[in-house]
Amino acid sequence: MKQLLAFIRKEFYHVFRDKRTLLILFGLPIAQIVLFGFALSSEVKNIGIAVLDNAHDATSEQIVDRIKTSSYFLFKDPVLNLTEIDEKFKEGSIKCALLFPANFGNELGRSGKAQVQIITDASDPNTATIVVNYLTAILANYQQQLNPTARLPYEIIPQVRQLYNEEQNGSLNFIPGVIALIFMIVCTTLTSVSIVREKELGTMEILLVSPFKPVMVLVAKAVPYLVLSVVNLIIILLLSVFLLHVQIKGSLILIFAESILFIITCLSLGLLISNQTNSQQTAMLMSMMGMMLPTLILTGFMFPLENMPWIFQAISHILPSRYYYIIIKAVMLKGLGFSYVWKETLILLAMALFLLAVALKNFKIRLS
Amino acid sequence: MKNTISDKAIICKNLTKRFGDFKAVDQITFDVDRGEIFGFLGANGAGKTTAMRILCGLSHPTSGEANVAGFDVYKQREKIKANIGYMSQKFSLYENLTVLENIEFYGGVYGLSRSEIRTRSEKLIATLGLTNEAKKLVGELPLGWKQKLAFSVAIFHRPKIVFLDEPTGGVDPVTRRQFWDLIYEAAADGITVFVTTHYMDEAEYCNRISVMVDGRVEALDSPRNLKKEFNTHSMDEVFYQLARKAKRS
Repeated sequence: MKQLLAFIRKEFYHVFRDKRTLLILFGLPIAQIVLFGFALSSEVKNIGIAVLDNAHDATSEQIVDRIKTSSYFLFKDPVLNLTEIDEKFKEGSIKCALLFPANFGNELGRSGKAQVQIITDASDPNTATIVVNYLTAILANYQQQLNPTARLPYEIIPQVRQLYNEEQNGSLNFIPGVIALIFMIVCTTLTSVSIVREKELGTMEILLVSPFKPVMVLVAKAVPYLVLSVVNLIIILLLSVFLLHVQIKGSLILIFAESILFIITCLSLGLLISNQTNSQQTAMLMSMMGMMLPTLILTGFMFPLENMPWIFQAISHILPSRYYYIIIKAVMLKGLGFSYVWKETLILLAMALFLLAVALKNFKIRLS
Repeated sequence: MKNTISDKAIICKNLTKRFGDFKAVDQITFDVDRGEIFGFLGANGAGKTTAMRILCGLSHPTSGEANVAGFDVYKQREKIKANIGYMSQKFSLYENLTVLENIEFYGGVYGLSRSEIRTRSEKLIATLGLTNEAKKLVGELPLGWKQKLAFSVAIFHRPKIVFLDEPTGGVDPVTRRQFWDLIYEAAADGITVFVTTHYMDEAEYCNRISVMVDGRVEALDSPRNLKKEFNTHSMDEVFYQLARKAKRS
């Protein structure tokens, strides 16, 4: 026990004296939370819009006012003709344009029907669709105000509720993903690199000749990163609550317990990688390419898994981070209890035990 | 038999290690007296490292017997590990730990108590003349100092035997000489020194040396007797005559 403590203290010296490790450990989570929370918001705001108003009547101006008062659009200088609109689209300074025909108001008053044209830049199809939705919503809203008393013979009124995220806070679902990613980096990459470093330096040999049990070397390597990962989790949760105003709905104890399970899975992966290689670069590459990239892409927090070809969906099933992501999303954002995530927890537990067993077995073989 | 074991630090009898068809170590037989400085020579690939790994408890022999510090290499590897020290050709201290932290770490790994570590490290730092450097990172020390410190750390837990695997690689002759002073001090304290080297001037410092060729011990005696036997004045010539016979290399 005393030996183990001496070893763990040494590991902490290594961590706190290496600027790069510190940066990865504490700079990365903060940077990612800020990035995903603010910069990479899926919400579309400040859309550049140009209006070509050939009518210049009360109706068209009222509509334009409504668009101006919504926070989603950013008005560009009045545009006089179509070529200018074309130019602005090419520049990229506008994402959409609204065109009123010359006798828009008159036509509406006379026949009860008028047309308005919406042009969008569909090189980014998602944004284009969202912009069209915003604009049609504003138009529909205005239309309803025009006939406050008119009653349609049949009316279907959808009552929409966006569960678990009523304010449509875009950064919500990134947080469990970011947590998974950080654990992957800290536990898998840093642990494997720190073990392989001892091999490169030749200190591993000295440790193996000492009476210190080889398995304890692994424990001593794993413990500091486990502790630091939990610290990281606390940092991320605090940032989420106080910076991104995310409400943590489920049990904190459950979140921490599930996280520790996932951390152990990641640590085992790190140990496994460090058994396979003798150079820090290889360990880094293996954990980055082999573990982080799939986590980023196939966990489901950046790209919806449902739309992927079956082969990628199949691969995602063997990724521990996929299950962890589902669990944390359920507990943290939906406020669900253990009874809803026991299946995923069981899968994660099985993966952790399997990886740990393989890592330990591999480590022993290498010794003799 | 009991008696001989207590006089001998290391006893090897027909010790063999095979990797498939390849006999890395081929029936070597020798013993090392307590307090002796034993040079373990051989060209690259002669099987020195494999033999040393077996004696350190890092590798299982295929056949034969070996006894290190009174313990059997098959059954008592943990006891062997607690009674030996080891220094490899790679520099083996942590550069981003201070001198004191390195000593404390290795002391801790060998299970010394905190008070033991404190008294011994104070003494060691004073002996090495590193009082002003104790709180400096090891990375900032010159190579010669690092090497001496690494050796001192390897015998910090007072092992019965210390294994040195090419300990002076890349060190200038003056530092090498000083390093050997430390080795003599350790031997005078009763620590058996088992050292591999490629430097023939270092071989001259040993009480006895063995030369391995193709996995076998081809010669074993004091440097003086070996030179007489091979009818030459230099260990270089002795080594060359033996190593030339190697079929594999």
